[in-house]
Order: sequence, then C-alpha cells, then structure tokens
Amino acid sequence: MKTSFRTSVFAIIAKDLRAEMRARELVSVMALFAFLSILVFSFALELDRVAREAAVSGVLWVTLIFASLLGLNRSMALEHDQGTLDALLLAPVSRSAVFAGKLVGNYLFTLMVGLVILPLMTVIYNKNMLDARLILTAVIGIFGFSTIGTLLAAMTVQTRAREAMLPIAMLPLALPFLLTAVRATTGILSAAPQRDWLVWLQLLGGISVVYLVLCLFLYDFVVED
Amino acid sequence: MVTKAKSLPIESQIETMPMPRRLRILTTVTALGFAATLFLGLFAAGTDIQQGAVQRIFYVHMPSFFGAFTAFGATVVGGILYLWRRDDQWDRIAVAGVEVGLAFAIINLATGAIWARPIWNTWWTWDPRLTSAAVMVLIYAAYLMLRAGIEDPSRKRRLMSVYGIFAFVSVLTTLFIIRVVPETIHPVIVGASPQNAQGSFEATSGVVMALIPSLILWLIFMPMTLMWHRCRLENRMEAVNRLKVQVLGER
Repeated sequence: MKTSFRTSVFAIIAKDLRAEMRARELVSVMALFAFLSILVFSFALELDRVAREAAVSGVLWVTLIFASLLGLNRSMALEHDQGTLDALLLAPVSRSAVFAGKLVGNYLFTLMVGLVILPLMTVIYNKNMLDARLILTAVIGIFGFSTIGTLLAAMTVQTRAREAMLPIAMLPLALPFLLTAVRATTGILSAAPQRDWLVWLQLLGGISVVYLVLCLFLYDFVVED
Repeated sequence: MVTKAKSLPIESQIETMPMPRRLRILTTVTALGFAATLFLGLFAAGTDIQQGAVQRIFYVHMPSFFGAFTAFGATVVGGILYLWRRDDQWDRIAVAGVEVGLAFAIINLATGAIWARPIWNTWWTWDPRLTSAAVMVLIYAAYLMLRAGIEDPSRKRRLMSVYGIFAFVSVLTTLFIIRVVPETIHPVIVGASPQNAQGSFEATSGVVMALIPSLILWLIFMPMTLMWHRCRLENRMEAVNRLKVQVLGER
C-alpha cells in the first residue's frame, strides 16, 4: 500500500527539518558562507560606492545561489553516504513525493538564509532590502533554482567528483532564474515603475513552474537504481 | 553484430562496419548543397544597400541556429526514447545531437559577433537573445562535462537523457525570447522587428531566394549527415571497448 502523496511529502520535510534541528549542519554553514560572501563582495567593491549600490542585487542572488549549492551538495552527500536516500526510495511512496519533500526541505533552508542576509545586506550596503516586494521576489526566485538544484544534486551525487559537478551542471540551468531575479530586484530597489519590474517577476514565476513540472516528471529516472 | 564479431579475428572486427551507401549519398548531397548555398549567399544574392557585404553572413548565421535546433531537438527525442525503450542506440543519437548542435551554436555565436562588430559597433552585448544563446552553449558544454564524469554506462545514459531533455528549455528560450522581451536590439526577420532593433533589413525576394535553400540545408541535411557520422563513431568506440574487454578476458 502506498502512503498518500501529501503524507509522505510532509513526512520527508519533517524528517529533514528534524535532522537539521539536531545536527545544525546545513543552515549554519550556508548562513556563515552567505555572510562571508557578502563581506567579501563588500570589500571587493569598497572603492566605488556607486558601483556597490548598483551591484547589490547581483551580490544578493549570486550569494544565494552559491549558498544553495553548498547546502545541496552537503545534504545530498549526507543522504548518499549514510544510505538514507536508498531507504527513502525503498519506502512505498511515489518518487515525485520524495522529490517534492527534498525540494521543500532544500527550499526552506535556502529561504532561511535569504531571510537572514536581507537585513544583513541592509546594514552592510546601506540600502533598504526589507521590502515586501523584494521578499516576494526572494520567495519565488529561491524556489525556482531549488527545483533544478534538487534534481541535479540527486544526479551529481552519483558521479565522480560530485562536489565539482553540481555547480557546473546547475549554474547554467539556473541562469534564467538569476537573470530575471536580478532584473526584478534591481527594478524594485531603484524604485522603478511597476511595469518595469513586474514583467521580470512574472517571467521568474513562469520559469519556476516549467522547471517544477519537468523536475517532477524526470526525477523518477534520476533515482532509478 | 555482437555475435558475428566474436568469430572474426580482432583486426578485422573494426573493419566490419563499412559506410552504408545511403550515408555516402547523403554526405555528397550535403557537401554539394553547402557549396551551392555558399555560392547563393556570397555571389548570387544582391549586396545590401545599407549594410554592404557583411549582411551576407546572415545566410549562415540564422541557418546555423536552426541546425543547432534540429540537433538539440534530436537529443530530446533520443533522451525520451532512451528513457522509454532503454535502447542504447537512442542515447548515441542524443550525444551526437549535443556535439553537432554545440558546434552549430558556436558557429551561430561567432558569425553573429562578426556581423555585430560593424553594425552594432561591438562584438558582444548583453542583449536578451545574445545572453540566452550564450547560456544555451554553456548548458550543452556542461552536458559534455557531466557525461565525462559518470562512469557506469547505463547510469550515464539515463542521467544524460534527463539532462538533455532539460537543456532544451534554453533552446526554446533563445528562439522565443525576442517575442517576449521587447528591449532587444536583435533584428527579427520573420514578422516585424522590435522598435529598437539595430541593423534590420527587409526580407526581399533576393534575400529569401538565397536564404531558403540555406535554411533547408542547415535544418535537415547538415545535422543529419554529421550526426549519422557521429553515431557511427560512437558505435566504433563501443566496438573497441568490447574488444578491449574481450582481449583482457582472454589473457
């Protein structure tokens, strides 16, 4: 008998959150990395205040994607090394439910990092990042690249040199999210009229849906054996 | 082929795959067609009044993207059929599609840059379509990297089929982005160009006369010929691998 889709998704999310609550291995590393990245960018762009303000949305999204890469690699390596992914796949639940559960877990961790670094960037870059529209962009954008990240992490964990392979496979496929999210963020931060940035936000949402559907279909084949 | 190969001496096993006659004909037709369309584009078509001779690069630029489209499309079809039927032949078509398509996409970018230098006064600009075309090339380059990193053959075929299907999103994006994002400077040939397109020209009958044969050649004949050759190469590589295992087994 198969457990229902919803029950199994929630069970997997609960399992990931509980493991994280006890070990604190992912979010702390990701958040620390994000913090360091913001500082490094801040030093690198120190000389030119104008350039720094213009680059702020790029810094935000590059930091988020790299932090997410770090978390994905770590979470998949843990699952793989401890054999827990095999156990998950043996369980009588549908593969898309496993994908959805892992996706939401990864998404929540990266979102937490995002919500931590927004106020941090407000302080360091002296630019108000705590805007509802900006948080909405972060909520959609992080979800977008978490879909492809979760799929590809399940793929690259089976390869040689897996830590190096995930960025190579994921960054080009995540570029549509990076591009649209940066455009939307820049528009919102520079107080541009709504029609200038809303189209990017819509595009971001649209691509996320396309990626999610593709991932749900293709995950079965990725974790087959 | 496998059962037959075992009985033959090792040297002659590689030689047991002569080029089929149909492929020989197709290769000849493609080569002649390539020469003919180059002649049409470089000599027969009239010189553009505003842009001069550099406009002629268009007869390769646009068709090369369509060639990449066909090849990457073959990767998707190969990927789907491999996942469905689990026949290695489909995976060979998929990898042939990626390699041929990548070559065509790079031709497309290079010719575009050469054209843009006199017309836009820059080799490269981060225009939506140019960006998306560059992303497409990066995604397929990543395909080859990832493929080289997976050792187990059947796992490699399965994972790369998934990646090949996914990667096609970038091809569709490149194709349709100038219809969605209005702020491009890339000219649109079919239909009206966006307002700020730089370096548009009219699709007059002279242009169309030179373009259509070139499009047909790049869309169908060039990818088909090259992919066929590439599939044969893959077959040979696998035959060599089988032989290697066989020889090592005999020792």
